[in-house]
Amino acid sequence: MSFIYLIPLLPLLGFAINGLGFPRISKSLAGIIGTIPPLVAFILSMQLFLNFDGTTQILTLSEWIKVGDLSIPLAFQIDALSIMMLLVITGVGTLIHLYSMGYMAHDKGLGKFFAFLNLFVFFMLILVLGANFTVLFIGWEGVGLCSYLLIGFWNQKNSYGDAARKAFIMNRIGDLGFLAGIFLLIQHFGNTNYADIFSAIQAGDVPDNVGLIAFCLFVGAMGKSAQIPLFTWLPDAMAGPTPVSALIHAATMVTAGIYMVIRANVLFELSPEVLHFVGWIGLATALLGAAIGLFQNDIKKVLAYSTVSQLGYMFMGLGASAYSASFFHVMTHAFFKALLFLGAGSVIHAMSDEQDIRMMGGLKNKMPITYVTFLLGTIAIAGIPPFAGFFSKDEILAHLYHHDPWMWGLAILGSALTSFYMFRVFILTFWGEFRGTEKQAHHLHESPLSMTIPLMVLAVFSVGGGLINLPHFAGGHEFLATWLAPLLPESEGLGEVSFLSLEMGAPLMAAFLPAFLAIYIFGVKKSVPSEDAAISGIQKVVYHKFYIDELYDVLFVKPIALMSNFFAQVIDFLVIDLFVEGIGKGVQYASTEIRKAQTGNVGYYVFLMVISISIILFLGLKSWIL
Amino acid sequence: MNLLFILFFPLVVGLILLILKPAKAFIWSFAASLIELVAAGYVLSQMAESASPQSYLHDWIPEVGISFSLLADGISGILIGLCALLVPFIIATTARTDKANNAQYQGLILTMQTALMGAFLAKDAFLFYFFFEASLLPIYFLASIYGGENRQAISFKFFVYTLFGSLFLLIGLIYVYLRTPGQIHSADMEVLYQTAHGLTAQHQGYLFLAFFIAFAIKMPIFPFHTWQPDTYTTSPTQGTMLLSGIMLKMGTYGVIRLVLPMFPLGMATWGSTAMILSIVGVIYGSIIAIQQKDAKRLLAYSSFAHVGLISAGMLTQSVEGIQGALYQMLSHGINVVGLFFVIDLIERRTKSRELAQLGGITQASYVLSVCFVILSLGSVALPLTNGFIGEFLLLKSVFDHQMTLGIIAGITIILGAVYTLRLIQKSMFGNVSRITKDFEDLSAAEKWVLIPLCALVILGGIFPNVVLNFSEASVVQLAQLVK
Repeated sequence: MSFIYLIPLLPLLGFAINGLGFPRISKSLAGIIGTIPPLVAFILSMQLFLNFDGTTQILTLSEWIKVGDLSIPLAFQIDALSIMMLLVITGVGTLIHLYSMGYMAHDKGLGKFFAFLNLFVFFMLILVLGANFTVLFIGWEGVGLCSYLLIGFWNQKNSYGDAARKAFIMNRIGDLGFLAGIFLLIQHFGNTNYADIFSAIQAGDVPDNVGLIAFCLFVGAMGKSAQIPLFTWLPDAMAGPTPVSALIHAATMVTAGIYMVIRANVLFELSPEVLHFVGWIGLATALLGAAIGLFQNDIKKVLAYSTVSQLGYMFMGLGASAYSASFFHVMTHAFFKALLFLGAGSVIHAMSDEQDIRMMGGLKNKMPITYVTFLLGTIAIAGIPPFAGFFSKDEILAHLYHHDPWMWGLAILGSALTSFYMFRVFILTFWGEFRGTEKQAHHLHESPLSMTIPLMVLAVFSVGGGLINLPHFAGGHEFLATWLAPLLPESEGLGEVSFLSLEMGAPLMAAFLPAFLAIYIFGVKKSVPSEDAAISGIQKVVYHKFYIDELYDVLFVKPIALMSNFFAQVIDFLVIDLFVEGIGKGVQYASTEIRKAQTGNVGYYVFLMVISISIILFLGLKSWIL
Repeated sequence: MNLLFILFFPLVVGLILLILKPAKAFIWSFAASLIELVAAGYVLSQMAESASPQSYLHDWIPEVGISFSLLADGISGILIGLCALLVPFIIATTARTDKANNAQYQGLILTMQTALMGAFLAKDAFLFYFFFEASLLPIYFLASIYGGENRQAISFKFFVYTLFGSLFLLIGLIYVYLRTPGQIHSADMEVLYQTAHGLTAQHQGYLFLAFFIAFAIKMPIFPFHTWQPDTYTTSPTQGTMLLSGIMLKMGTYGVIRLVLPMFPLGMATWGSTAMILSIVGVIYGSIIAIQQKDAKRLLAYSSFAHVGLISAGMLTQSVEGIQGALYQMLSHGINVVGLFFVIDLIERRTKSRELAQLGGITQASYVLSVCFVILSLGSVALPLTNGFIGEFLLLKSVFDHQMTLGIIAGITIILGAVYTLRLIQKSMFGNVSRITKDFEDLSAAEKWVLIPLCALVILGGIFPNVVLNFSEASVVQLAQLVK
């Protein structure tokens, strides 16, 4: 099984070659060097998948940190969950690398770009392969670094750099929680190995603070997977090149939080109140993201808020202990959201970097492949059967229906919003008349094959991805759920559902009706969203993302800046240092005063001598007498 | 004998440079520092092989029981390694500058190395004190002769401040020394440990304070830090590297070597106060660093924040805390030397350290920006860099000691990212400015300093056990002594 090491090692090698060779390696070669490692890693992962016999394997590379009783190995775990993640990362990753060869062809930093992408894939693979929470943390922070580097890839522009920093820092807030969770695990179990922890719990060794542990881990997930209140970095992260948004900020990295909760499901199952919290945070994020997405006019921003919202769905599923359903959604979402982002990238590429959908329209004839694939992605995310998104979202909703009807109802609402904003974007982009400039119209073209092939492949998966976990009612065998079952708690059966029931009918209505509404408003009546200045009322509040960024600015950023100056200029300079200098000055003052006693007058010295001797004698006599 | 060589060899070459002033001073000092590195490496690898400490004993002032006694064990070995490793880098950073063949400058650096080595090697407490103080002289001259604006006033303040702190240490040492058994007292550290253990809790408390204040000024720990930003900013780059890379570790080393094993009861009374002050410094320093305009001053505050965490971790008296502290001393030394060098390279080319005036350097020098990012990642403790190992162990030890304190100290991983990423963006990214538009790419000599340092950052994050195993036995022994 030693070829397993190659899976993360190959992208690392690609990173090293392109990183050290930049800018000497030619651009076309750099693209190939960058794309081969994830491709080979995908083939190896497939090999692993096909030969997997259901037993968990742990491969220890070496001892990493050994101090006192603490021992943290660098070890990989191959099991049902990590294999599935490997397939998604390397599969979608390969397609996005291929796409990048076309998308970034004109960028002089192409070699560097591929180096960073490979490094990202490496860390993402470490994240899912790790056999303990600490190795997971290596990958966790590593992908954060790559996200930082790639969001700020065009770093000449300061606002991009700001977005990159924001992403890293907000993730670090979550990471502190994660780290605390790791410390708590070590306190109780002595290490962070999954196998040791979960078997100890199975044997009845449950820590008293298991709720706190689960909570801390979830704080980490909130940062990485952009949940309230740590979600505001993700929309800004769209500053990065579009393939980055597709790979990191839609398909893989942002789902790491979900992966981690599924990985730690044993801990979460023991803390129902934390699971409850997870579910409600997910719901709130799903609704907030969808609401903001309604009014955004930047094609990538819509998709970003949509991602925030879809991640919320996944957490809702986790909150209802529907782990395999959430993971199913992770996978289908990876397909259709990567597809949508890459489609958006294709549009942006054709539009000469224009991202405002108010300036688009009528692109369907100019870019037929992008048009069709984007449509398929839109149908998939809207939850229209029998596309992939329908099955995965429906499975989460079905669990919610049995778990908490209120949550279910609100989730349906969110689902309706999703369908509306996605069709809105789709129609405004591809239907109607072109609204851009003359020059843009002239430039419009379908993207090269390297970009459209990934679109087509992803489109196939967005349509047929539901087969991975086709439910019994649709004639399937729930492959994914069965595959993951050994790692998950036993779930109660959901019973038979009929297409005519409320449980099934409501999600379908929520998928279809808003789509028709959007078609009516934007397709038939051809209305176009108003100019920024003309937006008012509640719409303005939503358009400005509920002013959450501004709120954080007032609550955290500004006060810390003020505190910084206050500490440096007042406390340090005026209080502490004045005291320090005061001691120095005091000594100086005393010495000038005492120096005056040295008068040079002999009579004065004799006088002092006599006085002194008498004092000494007096003290001496006194002690002799006493 | 090996230890004697390590101790005095730099001084010998340093004196030759200071007195004879040979023309090719750079070759002399760089070669000497490499020989020293090889010698130290040889001694340390022998120790690791035989798993036993090395020592040297000779009478010094037998009438009063003060001996010339040296010891290299797992703990001091780390610091000896740090000192031997960093000085060649520090000297190499002078290459092709006006300081390269300045015999006085090079001589002072080597003299400084002996003083630092002496403090780490000493087993006799007065010998430790002697070197602890002696190190002030070369650094004082480096800072006051070669420093920047207002150098004399600032170096004088630094000199007096630390000297003032050391007086408490001297008084405390004499107090314990006078209570050692026998006709002739002894200043051997082992004897002092035993003697101090016999003192009452109240006396141990006073002594803890006397010792700790001396070391707290050296590190520095909040609120004894006000000499530090000015001194770091004004000193010539190599002076700043010596100060932050090695000299401040005399303070942390002093706590591990003297305070922890001598005054367990004093620790019980004052330990948590000292730990809280250390953590206050972590947060306080980080917050100040966020708004700094001068890159060197920003790093000075960052160093202050880092050392606070080292102090907090070792004050937990746990194996993890002390191991983490030792590891972080090493990592911090490597990282700050690299970071200060980057700032120096920028200053050489642009004559400025003002963040507002910089930007876009990555466009001119890709390698410099990559190295700077790697060193910064070490500084913000990203996993697979050396900084992570230390901070992980330190934070864990504080967290285990007291959860709330651990979380507060943990905020450093957030604030550290805030000021470090700001530093990177303002200097390396963004558009080129008037003064960075003709930025010259790195020379081979400059790359030869930066790239090995970056390699150490990463190797230290992947193979920490090489170092951790080295110090493990001595630290476990110390932790038992503390209990």
